[in-house]
Amino acid sequence: MAAIANTIFSPETAARFDKLATIYPVKRSALIPMLLYAQDEVGYVSDEVVAELAKRLDLLELDVRNVLSYYSMLRTKPAGKYNVQVCTNISCMLRGGFELLDHCKHTLGIGHKGVTPDGLFSLEEVECIGACCWAPAVQVNYDFHDDLTPAKMDAVLADYREGRGKDVK
Amino acid sequence: MPDVTFTVDGQKLTAPAGTLLIEACKSAGIEIPAFCYYPNLSLQAACRMCVVRIEKMPKLQTACTTPVAEGMNVTTETPEIAQARKATLQLLLGNHPLDCPVCDAGGECELQDMTFKYGAADSFYTEPKNHREEQKWSPVVYFDRPRCILCYRCVRMCGEGMDVFALGIQNRGSSSVIAPNVPAQLSPEDLPNLDCEQCGMCIDACPVGALTSGTYRYKTRPWEMNHVATVCTHCGDGCKTTLGVRSVSDGSEIVRGDNRDKSGMNGDFLCNKGRYAFDFTNNIERLTSPLVRQADGKLKPVSWDEALRFAGKKLRELRDQHGAQSIGVIGSNRTTNEENYLLQKFARTVIGTNNIDHHRTADYVTLANALQGTTGRFASQRSVEKAQALLVIGGDPTNQAPLTAWNLRTNVRLNKARVYIANHEEIKLRRQAKSFIQVQQFGYGALASYLAGNDSSAEAASIVAQADELSNFRTAIKGEEKIVVLIGNEVRGGELANLIKALPNAEFGLMADYVNSRGASDMGLLPDALPGYQPISGSALATEYSAPAQSGLDLLAMFDAATAGKLSALYVVGSNPIKRFGIDPSALKGTFVIVQDLFLTETAQLADVVFPAANLYEKAGSVTNSYGDLQLVSKAADKGGARSDFELIVRLADNMGHDIKTLVPFGKGLRADMGQSRGAQSGEADRHAVWLMANNMEPKLSPFDPFAILDEIQRVVPGYDKLLRLQLLSGNDQHIAPASTGLVQIENRKDLVLPSSDTLFTSGSLTRYSPMLQDVQRHQETEVADHLAAD
Amino acid sequence: MPTLVSHPDEVKVVSRRFGMGAAEIDKYVELDGYKAVQKAIEQGPEWIVNEMKASGLRGRGGAGFPTGMKWSFVPKVSEKPKYVLVNGDESEPGTCKDHIIFLHDPHAIIEGTMIAGLAIGAKMGFIYLRGEYRYLLKIVEKAVADAYAKGFLGKNIFGKEGVDFDIITQTGAGAYEVGEESALMESLEGKRGVPRIKPPFPAVVGLYGGPTVINNAETIANAPHILLMGGEAYAKLGSERNGGTRLFGISGHVERPGVYELPMGYSLRKAIYEVAGGIKDGKQLKAVVPGGSSCPVLKADEIDVGLDFDQMGKAGTMLGSGGIVVLDETVSIVEFALRTIRFYQHESCGWCIPCREGTDWLKKTLTRFHAGGGNKKDIDNIQYLAENMLGRTFCPLGDAAAMPTIGFIKKFRSEFEEYLAGARVEHPLIQIQPVGEPELAGAH
Ligand SMILES: Cc1cc2nc3c(=O)[nH]c(=O)nc-3n(C[C@H](O)[C@H](O)[C@H](O)COP(=O)(O)O)c2cc1C
Ligand code: SF4
Ligand code: FES
Repeated sequence: MAAIANTIFSPETAARFDKLATIYPVKRSALIPMLLYAQDEVGYVSDEVVAELAKRLDLLELDVRNVLSYYSMLRTKPAGKYNVQVCTNISCMLRGGFELLDHCKHTLGIGHKGVTPDGLFSLEEVECIGACCWAPAVQVNYDFHDDLTPAKMDAVLADYREGRGKDVK
Repeated sequence: MPDVTFTVDGQKLTAPAGTLLIEACKSAGIEIPAFCYYPNLSLQAACRMCVVRIEKMPKLQTACTTPVAEGMNVTTETPEIAQARKATLQLLLGNHPLDCPVCDAGGECELQDMTFKYGAADSFYTEPKNHREEQKWSPVVYFDRPRCILCYRCVRMCGEGMDVFALGIQNRGSSSVIAPNVPAQLSPEDLPNLDCEQCGMCIDACPVGALTSGTYRYKTRPWEMNHVATVCTHCGDGCKTTLGVRSVSDGSEIVRGDNRDKSGMNGDFLCNKGRYAFDFTNNIERLTSPLVRQADGKLKPVSWDEALRFAGKKLRELRDQHGAQSIGVIGSNRTTNEENYLLQKFARTVIGTNNIDHHRTADYVTLANALQGTTGRFASQRSVEKAQALLVIGGDPTNQAPLTAWNLRTNVRLNKARVYIANHEEIKLRRQAKSFIQVQQFGYGALASYLAGNDSSAEAASIVAQADELSNFRTAIKGEEKIVVLIGNEVRGGELANLIKALPNAEFGLMADYVNSRGASDMGLLPDALPGYQPISGSALATEYSAPAQSGLDLLAMFDAATAGKLSALYVVGSNPIKRFGIDPSALKGTFVIVQDLFLTETAQLADVVFPAANLYEKAGSVTNSYGDLQLVSKAADKGGARSDFELIVRLADNMGHDIKTLVPFGKGLRADMGQSRGAQSGEADRHAVWLMANNMEPKLSPFDPFAILDEIQRVVPGYDKLLRLQLLSGNDQHIAPASTGLVQIENRKDLVLPSSDTLFTSGSLTRYSPMLQDVQRHQETEVADHLAAD
Repeated sequence: MPTLVSHPDEVKVVSRRFGMGAAEIDKYVELDGYKAVQKAIEQGPEWIVNEMKASGLRGRGGAGFPTGMKWSFVPKVSEKPKYVLVNGDESEPGTCKDHIIFLHDPHAIIEGTMIAGLAIGAKMGFIYLRGEYRYLLKIVEKAVADAYAKGFLGKNIFGKEGVDFDIITQTGAGAYEVGEESALMESLEGKRGVPRIKPPFPAVVGLYGGPTVINNAETIANAPHILLMGGEAYAKLGSERNGGTRLFGISGHVERPGVYELPMGYSLRKAIYEVAGGIKDGKQLKAVVPGGSSCPVLKADEIDVGLDFDQMGKAGTMLGSGGIVVLDETVSIVEFALRTIRFYQHESCGWCIPCREGTDWLKKTLTRFHAGGGNKKDIDNIQYLAENMLGRTFCPLGDAAAMPTIGFIKKFRSEFEEYLAGARVEHPLIQIQPVGEPELAGAH
């Protein structure tokens, strides 16, 4: 693969992408992980991200858009620095998922897919995140927080607000 | 594949193993409904309309994905199946705007038909439908999202069929939409756009009214049009296009082109021009009255009588004063065989000169000569679709011969044909090629020599990355037992002859630029050959014509003669040499010029007499495509004030005092109305003609009847003697090859071939008069300019 | 961090190493790790497949297909490379069992993948995790790297000449449908997660067109244990035709929710009342969704049934992914049904009409019904819609939406009718927002 001149990504990410494009039997397989990593770095899947990934994987930009619009974790607009994703699917719902969502809306002052004015938090109601036995559960960026109550949620938000939160990427 | 026997609805059927059940049923006359299935495109099984019951299977099965198998027992209509289909329709209709009366597809909508059949019209949803606004994706493609039933036919047609991949599917679930390749945020007016070949195949494939044609939408209803299948007037491929015609106050106008008549060589296919570029016929700049130059130097409309009388008288005087050799005649690439034949006969017998030529767009004289003495080596368009191996040398079929490109792609996709390409540019079709060789600029001669075995020409022939690339290419081609070679019109003269010599077993097709470029050559619009490439002296036809024994002036020589004050008159039919050949208008200062055309072209502006002519969509006759496939042209529209070139030639001869019975052998058959006076009803007249033919009563009605001259063509033009009249009248194509002996021998012929280098969005002088082509060019230049093309 | 639970009735096989630090390779090796795969190399493919068949292990992904049989379907010779694909997309609501295997015992999945590879003659395996499991991906990535470092993966593994195996880890990016095996292959090939036409089945034409075995992560994690203890011994742990044990995630209104490993055939009643500590806060049981949200609901008086594929089938529901969701008396079935269908509507890939449009209309109708705008005909319409989706869709997601819906209506019809009459269970969770309703011209 031709190395990309003027990549929009950091040297580490660019190097990772160079490698990702080579490990699969078919290059295109790297697309979905690349989209996620690109989003982690840029904050969302911008037009520039689409263009560069298409180039890296010899795809049409349309191919990339077809794929990216299918997956619900990928977004084409910026989210907050910490994206709070509250599960309200059945197991969580039974144990207070909706109350938690309401609580987050209230404390953050934003609704579903909203971003706080300072850009620190965004809020999303999501489908089951695979933490049903530890419900209600919330993911902040990629980090799980289980067995929550509104009070515990406040503590979680406070941690992030004060820069103490974990940020797995 | 061996045949298998199976039962459908109690009926025993056989079909080759592996045939899809839906196709096997169709062949047996059992219709299984389907939205997403489209023959020859990849399978989807997404619409679930084709469900059938197959014995021993627990669930209903989709007939579109099930191959027939020995002993299979299938039921296609039961209450269970009807209920499944009905429920699916109910679900679709739930979100479908139920405004069929105003929908553009109303009357020819597969959803409407099926709703009618399965009675799913009752709706039990009270929720609002998911509404989405309509989008204009290009001047010719509009998308009405609520009507889309997501069958993905358009996406597959665009990708698999056209190799363009301009359409995609975005989002998921009930939010899924078909999306074009230029998203809103990347276009200047913030609207989604299509950057593609604008072929409209997506519209054709759409079973509902979701994709609609920018040139047709909301103009009329399908049942209010008359549908006439005829041949597209643009490139040399010979696609059948069905023109939808409706009556207007000054005749009948074409409102739509499509390929609903899939019997043509183009099958499913039509390109942008075949589908939309009929609009020049409705252009308000059309000439509708004869013009004669007045003393003040201005062209003024006059009556037909006056103009014809004036032109005929003048032409006769000039011939008598200055001699027949002082008169030149230039014919057209877009007139019928009958008109072309008639025009050269007019030149050779009425005027008495070989000064006849046309804008040549491929070297058919060399092709015919080089293949003299052989049989079966002229390829048909049909061979492009079926041959196991093909070599394309020069040309860019994607742009210049879109059907050829489609057939090549389809052949590769469905039959795994081996395609080899040698071109001086990296043409798009190389994506389908087994191997591609980049030829040096002007390197085709060297390539021919290399293919003939001359290794020393390798360097001059091709730019290759690897040393053995070119030799592998040659080895592969030589290793093909049978190969069809398609040659672009940049290869001609000696290079063409050598190339043909280098490939002694191949079949050849030579690509020209316009609908009847081949026909113009075949019919003898040439100063040095009679119809069928017969010599101008010595042949039986030469004797019959008793025309001069010397070659006449070619097109450029006529203008040279004019400049030198030696051309007293020039008669130009459907051609614009001033613009095409960049001729200084002052050349014609001293020449009396008659021009027949649709528009006041650069050449017509210099004329003394201008006759408004009908175009190919407004007349009947036959045309011959680049490959020699002959087809019937049927009259679709009618323009008040314009007359066919055929009629004009005959009337001019008449006004010159010529006995027109010697020009057109008419009046031997039954009297009938062939539709000249019936406008849009001519389709009916054609059917009538078929009936007459079948009853051995061929009508030869009047001196304006092209079929009268077709008799003569069959009599005197070798090759055309083989055509079957009933085949022609039934709308079938027939492959014609020039005779294999007795052709004119021409050495060191001047190269007068001028490829027109048309693209998908240009068509010679007509480009300017087609608002659609103008719009599409603008669209490609501005709306999608920044976007990377699919290629 | 998910808390580990335990109960005396548990029979720990897959969960044997949970909480013991087995994510570290040395610890894993110390706990008999990578012994099974070495034995498998020695004994050869036929032996592996026979042991797997004898174990009676049935796929833990949901459909319960016998694993040994699946492996035996792969053609011996193939022009195209063969692959093993581990399905760790775990997205069925109520299911979080693979989650803790990846967390506590990633090497078991790696080892199981290698065993499957040996059994079918594949040299490459893929472990696909749902995109949300990023932190688990890191654990698995580290485990894979450690295995490479030790020579357990790569060329000549365990020093055995000519025995090669590679593993690539991969994630999704948020799509339930990608858990369906052929959609997962599409996703892994970098495409939209839309299922493929079957036949051909993955065992013949799968990933990159090569023969592919695809198994759930838990299924795969069982393989090393089976080879070590012997197929028959494993089979004996479970019930008839349902070999071994299974991880059951018990969630919802129970006192001690968690993932428990119980023998196949274990009583559902005991699982709820004993293992998981009974109904939370001493309330009454109303209903149980026994195997993830796609399984038809059981009423409180229908839970005397054994937890295996056949017994659940006989009870008119399914064992599914083993996610048992317990509903107490306060739950409004109308609301629960709406929340369930909303999920399937959101996750339908949109490929086929009955599922795409059917889930959409079910959601719309139920939303209005739930908001108080329903009428009696809606109840019939909902049933009609669901019944007409069932068995008619391209892939089983349509069924997964239809089956629970039919179950709710059939078993709790009177509650739907009472809801209409105004006897609605007052519950604060009325305002259900659409989850990420996709915007038209972009991602959602
Ligand atoms: C809509 C849908 C979603 C599925 N999701 C999962 C999943 O998340 N994880 C899983 O292991 N299997 C899932 N499956 C089942 C897989 O298609 C497949 O049967 C399974 O991975 C096979 O593995 P097993 O035989 O080990 O169970 C799903 C099936 C469907 C139809
Ligand atoms: S049932 Fe149809 S729309 Fe639904 S997920 Fe499967 S293929 Fe997609
Ligand atoms: S229901 Fe919330 S994590 Fe599963």
